[in-house]
Amino acid sequence: MRTARVLLIFALITGLVFFGVSCGGGTTTTTPTTQPPTTQPPAKDIIIGVVAPLTGDSATFGKSTQEGAELAVAEWNAKGGINGSQIVLKMADDKSDPTEGAAGITRLIEQEKIVGEIGTVQSKVSLAIAPILQAKKIPMISPTSTNEKVTLVGDFIFRACFIDNFQGVVGAAFAYDNLKLTKAACLFDVGNDYTKGLAENFRDAFIKLGGEIVGFEAHPTGATDFNAQLTKIIAAGPELLYLSDYYNDVGLICKQARALGYTGFFLGSDVWDSPVLVEVGGDAVEGGFFTNHFSKDDTRPEVQAFVKDYTAKFGAPPDALAALAYDAANLMFDAINRAKSTDGTAIRDALKVANFKAVSGTIKFDANRNPIKAAVIIENKGGQQTYKATVQP
Amino acid sequence: MDLTTFFQQLVNGLQLGSIYALIALGYTMVYGIIKLINFAHGDFLMVGAYAVYFFATFILAFTNAIPPIILFILCLIVSLAAGALIAELSNCLTYKPLRYRPRLSALITAVGVSMFLEYFFASLPFIGPSFRAFPDIIKQVSFVVGGVYLNNIQLLDIGLAIVLMILLTFIVNRTMTGKAMRAVSQDKDAARLMGINIERTITFTFLIGGALAGAAGILMAMTYPRIFPYMGILPGLKAFVAAVLGGIGNIPGAMLGGFLLGIAEIYATSYNSLLGEGIAFAILILVLLFRPQGLLGEKQSEKV
Repeated sequence: MRTARVLLIFALITGLVFFGVSCGGGTTTTTPTTQPPTTQPPAKDIIIGVVAPLTGDSATFGKSTQEGAELAVAEWNAKGGINGSQIVLKMADDKSDPTEGAAGITRLIEQEKIVGEIGTVQSKVSLAIAPILQAKKIPMISPTSTNEKVTLVGDFIFRACFIDNFQGVVGAAFAYDNLKLTKAACLFDVGNDYTKGLAENFRDAFIKLGGEIVGFEAHPTGATDFNAQLTKIIAAGPELLYLSDYYNDVGLICKQARALGYTGFFLGSDVWDSPVLVEVGGDAVEGGFFTNHFSKDDTRPEVQAFVKDYTAKFGAPPDALAALAYDAANLMFDAINRAKSTDGTAIRDALKVANFKAVSGTIKFDANRNPIKAAVIIENKGGQQTYKATVQP
Repeated sequence: MDLTTFFQQLVNGLQLGSIYALIALGYTMVYGIIKLINFAHGDFLMVGAYAVYFFATFILAFTNAIPPIILFILCLIVSLAAGALIAELSNCLTYKPLRYRPRLSALITAVGVSMFLEYFFASLPFIGPSFRAFPDIIKQVSFVVGGVYLNNIQLLDIGLAIVLMILLTFIVNRTMTGKAMRAVSQDKDAARLMGINIERTITFTFLIGGALAGAAGILMAMTYPRIFPYMGILPGLKAFVAAVLGGIGNIPGAMLGGFLLGIAEIYATSYNSLLGEGIAFAILILVLLFRPQGLLGEKQSEKV
């Protein structure tokens, strides 16, 4: 009797596990909507994999990534595909988890026979899937993984976003060339590699352009009082203060700097991108600039066309993730088109010499397969983020 | 460092010091009366700041017509009440049952209360662990005196710290309740024999200590308008150092210790950005080594 019960429970559990596996492993397939009417036998479809966090706490990132890629596919297929072949996207959900990502990419390679891969969002997951694609010689373009190590995995791994430190270089160019300033200072969180790296890159680039760094001060993580550093910096008379800190620190820093009589500019990076910046900083952050990947208010025609098409298809304007996924997909399709082949090595060689007019700027790749492209400058104006300029490095 | 910068840093130091002094006042008073280092004091401050955050956001959502000074006084009352309430609540629930146990139990409980408040607040859905912008109760206005920038909130911090110190000294030294508090601090049993209600006196001590933490909370949040559940940890520890520096249990000592610590931290930071963070704890070690009774404390011999 007892054995029977144990067996029954065991059977139930096994059943549940199998049920879960068969549900979790489901595939979402996006088929092209417009099949060209052809009489000759249709060319073989080009199958592209997309790995993205479609569920979990980063699900909105995954949704934007999927939509950006889908828009690119729809546009290419409407034009007749690549060399007569239609493009088909195969999705895999990484759930923001490296293990899930690795399982997903293995399935896409083995079962779906993908020839290229777009994704994924987070660097930690991209670092898990990149070695698998590299070993199979299938090119990968991550839209948004900013960690420098991702593309260093191998020569089949590319990305569509700029790496973290690059923002410091673009910031220096904006300060020196656009604002025509020659004296700047930096304040950064010494406990955070991101803010420290950006400050160092800004400093080096600004000096290289011919500017002068009059103050380079650190603060400990979690500090609330920046008056000592700011007083020292302000006494040296900078025209611009480069703040690579996150939005909540920046709000406090700007407020304290203004209270100490600072009248110059503030410049920062994409981690300013939060409404809390203005809530904490108030009037003090008014007129502050920061570098970002993409702005939907960019006036370039390719950006406006993308924003219009995306909004028409998905009912909401695109964010930076959607724009970068759209760019990554277009880069991939453009390379396949030029390679006239779906061979991984041929696509990689075509990607290496890419010179593509993308939504987030004209993209070329450097020796480490990071894009060399423009960044947009956003200005806080009247409490709103407004597009200011596009800056080439 | 030129002279203007020197004085500007002095002002910065006084501002930071006034915050430390405000927190240290409550710390030192509770220690002086019941010999408990209340590590949760910094978290009472956080509770006060959040109470004002919700109160002020609520009021400002309805009307902007209230004069800032009236709004500030209302908010101050809210923060005093919230601080007092949470202090008395933790006294009732945790410290009171341990009153006649070894002093170490109460000390460890204080650490527990502190962590409970931090993580409990961080887990509440309407508070959460993320940063929040503190509303502008009084608009910050800067003015220049001889090249040195001052602002109204700074002056309010320093002014209120001094007023509260005087008020506290008056309560402890000049009122009957204060007399009872001092009696309880000297000898609980003798005080009881004299007809003093010990629990009521201790409750009163916690109410005042908590209210002081609440006052520190609102001023800290106005000076650095970004609040989060862990905002009280580091200032709480630094204020503890300030209390030890001034002589723990000594009310003017807490004030002096707070200001000295703030000034030392600012000058150390301006010399080297990262030195400032450690200076407080270096001072703590030096004081304990060379003058354990603190600057204004009296030398006490252990009773045998």
